[in-house]
Amino acid sequence: MDAQTLAQPAPATVEVGRAAARSRVYRKLVRHPMTIVGGLILLVVFGSAVLAPLVAPHDPAKQSLIRRFTPPYWAKGGDVRFALGTDQVGRDILSRILHGARISLLVGVCAVTVSLVVGVTLGLFSGFLGGWVDTVVMTVVDVTLSFPQLLLALAFVAVLGPGLGNIILVLGLTGWERYARVVRAEVLALREKDFVEAARAVGAGPLRMLSRHLLPNTFSSIIVLSTLQVAQAILQEAALSFLGLGTGSAYPTWGQMIALGRDFVTVAWWLPTFPGLAILLTVLAINLVGDRLRDALDPRAT
Amino acid sequence: MTTLLLRRAIRVLVVCVGVSLITFGILQLSGDPVALMMPEAPEADRAKLREAMGFNDPVALQFVRFVGNSIRGEFGKSFYYRAPALDLVLERMPTTLTLTVLALGLAVLVSIPAGIYSAVYRYSLLDQIVTVVVFLGQSMPVFWTGIMLMLLFAVQWRLLPVSGWEGWQFMILPAVTLGTFQAPLLLRIVRSSMLEVLGLDYVRTARSKGVSEWIVICRHALVNAALPVVTVTGLQFGILLGGAVITETVFAVPGVGRLIVRAILQLDFPVVQAGVFLLAMIVVTVNFVVDVLYAYLNPQIRVR
Repeated sequence: MDAQTLAQPAPATVEVGRAAARSRVYRKLVRHPMTIVGGLILLVVFGSAVLAPLVAPHDPAKQSLIRRFTPPYWAKGGDVRFALGTDQVGRDILSRILHGARISLLVGVCAVTVSLVVGVTLGLFSGFLGGWVDTVVMTVVDVTLSFPQLLLALAFVAVLGPGLGNIILVLGLTGWERYARVVRAEVLALREKDFVEAARAVGAGPLRMLSRHLLPNTFSSIIVLSTLQVAQAILQEAALSFLGLGTGSAYPTWGQMIALGRDFVTVAWWLPTFPGLAILLTVLAINLVGDRLRDALDPRAT
Repeated sequence: MTTLLLRRAIRVLVVCVGVSLITFGILQLSGDPVALMMPEAPEADRAKLREAMGFNDPVALQFVRFVGNSIRGEFGKSFYYRAPALDLVLERMPTTLTLTVLALGLAVLVSIPAGIYSAVYRYSLLDQIVTVVVFLGQSMPVFWTGIMLMLLFAVQWRLLPVSGWEGWQFMILPAVTLGTFQAPLLLRIVRSSMLEVLGLDYVRTARSKGVSEWIVICRHALVNAALPVVTVTGLQFGILLGGAVITETVFAVPGVGRLIVRAILQLDFPVVQAGVFLLAMIVVTVNFVVDVLYAYLNPQIRVR
């Protein structure tokens, strides 16, 4: 008998168990109307990000001084061709929002990937090795938590220079500590479990322990955390853009649209309102799905 | 208890060194700070400034000097205001702290009763509303909330001033904005920790002894549910200050946050370093106090 058969139940049962668990998770997810609402919103946002150049009614950069400050079509003086109105230089707001979805989603997903890789690695080693590795990692976590994350990100973007890559890097590297803490806590709890003990007893090496026994068991927490972190990253990117250190290009982003709209809030309420609603809906949808995912993946909940 | 205090104190010291390292790193990461400060100056002038500011010394030496200086509160003079950076930050600290405390107070005032109610009457209509509000609140970008409030209360209905900080009526919108940023999180925690505690044996015992429901909730349940609330408030204090930074920018509140944001955009490094360092120190202090409070409130730790 080799290590694996001892450390785990018979393969057949595992497969059946997994399939059952998967369909249980699926049923729990779908049963809730809010998941469907969230999912649909996400689908729309994702669709408009991918298809922005095709579905946007106008060129998001096209200016026209005659058309500036056109209100949304239902308001007095509105124009159906510019459904959500135009901004201070006559650009179509709807088209800019559709294009802005690209930046938000791209930054959200990429920044979280960076955080995930850094945080999960550090958390795994911290929990598994313990000792001074653990002390060092946890001290670094404490230090990062002492800064308002946004300020730190802002300062680093300022010295590194604005740009899509730098934003992703900075948000990723200032947002990993939650992964490290969650994964470390899980590993500490898992280390005491019988199956880990069994694996160790039959001589599984440290790498095998980490990759086959510890990491897979933290997956559901990581998935849930990542979903919610994407929402956070989108909010952070919008905040950076709002404060003036965004992607540094002319490509529209939601945060930058709100920042510009703030200056014209007394004359054109639609300028900051609609991009903000786009952020709100996107983040809300991700939070709804993430929250349901947590409930569905939590084995303790019935 | 004493050893615990001592251990915590050592930890705080280590974290402080880490905080200075990162604050110091902000400037180092720029590669050549002098080039950022005076992009158009001739190389000879740059070299002179580099030498004068000690940028040619080994990094380790520079760091030790930075730590020594920051302990004495020496962050150098602001390039922009030509005044000591620390003074600039300290002048504006009361404003930021007022805003933060007001917002936190508002958030606590709303979220504790609402959280208790929705835990006690779980699945009631109000509980459902609370859940929706929490979701909405957590998904709103704080600067947008601020602008929308401004749009309604200052532009549309003209009840409150648009921006500035010259009297109590100026504080309402910023405090409410920052409060709505913090409240959903608190509400969520109050609700979930109350739900957890209300299901425990000792609450059932109290009820079965005939203690009135009101007293069970306040005396027995709330006291125990308060622990996670305090911890999370402490842990999230950095996030709250981050929210304050944005709120100050939206409403043109003359606080530390707005100062730092401006300094960052102007590459006024002494002010950035002094501000970031001081805000981090506040977070460290709050966390330390919360840690000690936690140990004091929780008998399981106190005994050890």
